[in-house]
Amino acid sequence: MAELVYFSTKSGNTRRFVEKLGLSAKRIPLSRDDGPLRVDQPYILVVPTYGDGDPMSSVPPQVIRFLNDAHNRSLIRGVIAGGNTNFGAAFGLAGRVIAQKCQVPLLYRFELMGTDEDVHRVLAGVKEFWKRSA
Amino acid sequence: MDMPATSAARRLSRVDAINWNRLQDDKDLEVWNRLTGNFWLPEKIPLSNDIPSWNTLTEHEQQLTIRVFTGLTLLDTIQGTVGAPALIEDAVTPHEEAVLTNVSFMESVHARSYSSIFSTLCATRDVDDAYRWSEENPFLQKKAELILERYRAEDPLMRKVASTFLESFLFYSGFYLPMYWSSRAKLTNTADLIRLIIRDEAIHGYYIGYKFQRQLAQQPQERQEEIKAYAFELLFELYENEVKYTEALYDDVGLTEDVKKFLHYNANKALMNLGFEALFPSSVTDVSPAILAALSPGSDENHDFFSGSGSSYVIGKTVSTEDEDWAF
Repeated sequence: MAELVYFSTKSGNTRRFVEKLGLSAKRIPLSRDDGPLRVDQPYILVVPTYGDGDPMSSVPPQVIRFLNDAHNRSLIRGVIAGGNTNFGAAFGLAGRVIAQKCQVPLLYRFELMGTDEDVHRVLAGVKEFWKRSA
Repeated sequence: MDMPATSAARRLSRVDAINWNRLQDDKDLEVWNRLTGNFWLPEKIPLSNDIPSWNTLTEHEQQLTIRVFTGLTLLDTIQGTVGAPALIEDAVTPHEEAVLTNVSFMESVHARSYSSIFSTLCATRDVDDAYRWSEENPFLQKKAELILERYRAEDPLMRKVASTFLESFLFYSGFYLPMYWSSRAKLTNTADLIRLIIRDEAIHGYYIGYKFQRQLAQQPQERQEEIKAYAFELLFELYENEVKYTEALYDDVGLTEDVKKFLHYNANKALMNLGFEALFPSSVTDVSPAILAALSPGSDENHDFFSGSGSSYVIGKTVSTEDEDWAF
């Protein structure tokens, strides 16, 4: 079954958003000590945006490490990005960078831990997305 | 990496030489890097290019703009000289103290930059009038007092709540106006400067809210609920006052209703920074798209793949994959 893969820092915004979605989800580990995550099914990636608006530093290094695994990369189907509109043009930038790198659509952007509205839209959207790509 | 909860909960009682190579909370370094990387000064922005645009505003619009900026100046002054220093007293890691010295200084840079706008665009007499107005406006004074009360009361959790509301909610009745002008292609350099302030405030609200959540999690359940109730009580009190402040400023130009939506939208984000769920439903947070586009250029692009047909969506061109960090 298709699922979500996500990364979240200690602030836990992305984790909370994913928990609210209630879909099957795997977390990319925060620490290298926890060993790499390997996936075996198509997934949508949910990531927060890092940094100061520089595309090169916007994707968390743990996510880069995960995507550098060619097998993991071959299974990504879309990306959802967290962020804050206060960062202007860099809002959800990590999502755009990953979408370009991996040639998959940026499906949605949400702020901080997401609102109820975000949860409803993403749940409906993800369901439709998998149906369409089945 | 984490210190045991018991020691992390305590204020620092002594000053030791700070060691950035040994962190108790790696968020401190992440935020330090981010804040120092964002450092800026108002001299960087060519504000004088806005002089022709300023002269197209009516006298009333100019007065409104100066008043809004004196109101923002007051909040930045409070945060730079009272708020951030109070949070330094409550810091639980030496790195948190250092990050907050940056917050304190940048708030003073923000306060300074409004004076740069004034000296570039406005007549001294009009600015003096607006400062007098800011000292006498009951709603502005009340919001300052509501926050200062919490800073004076030495409860580290409520100080962080007040501080996050200031950073992530109270500024926005003011930030609305330069975003509005920008959406009408007016005062666009001033808007560039305000966007730098908005970016800083987002990191401040995120960081102070994060420290609040860490500390709250260490409290007994009963205390957690008590603090949450206090936080919402303060938000309602600030909100009620903020609505009156908004009406007093914006009724004459017919913008009050859209500003209120912007207040709701940002109140939700302030709550989320504190780890609480958003309060205002989407039916009252639907800020005019022109304002959101001014706030976040590029946000009008179709990044909601789900709501569109999907066919209009174009996946970006492949970017170079020879970067050091990316192996593919």
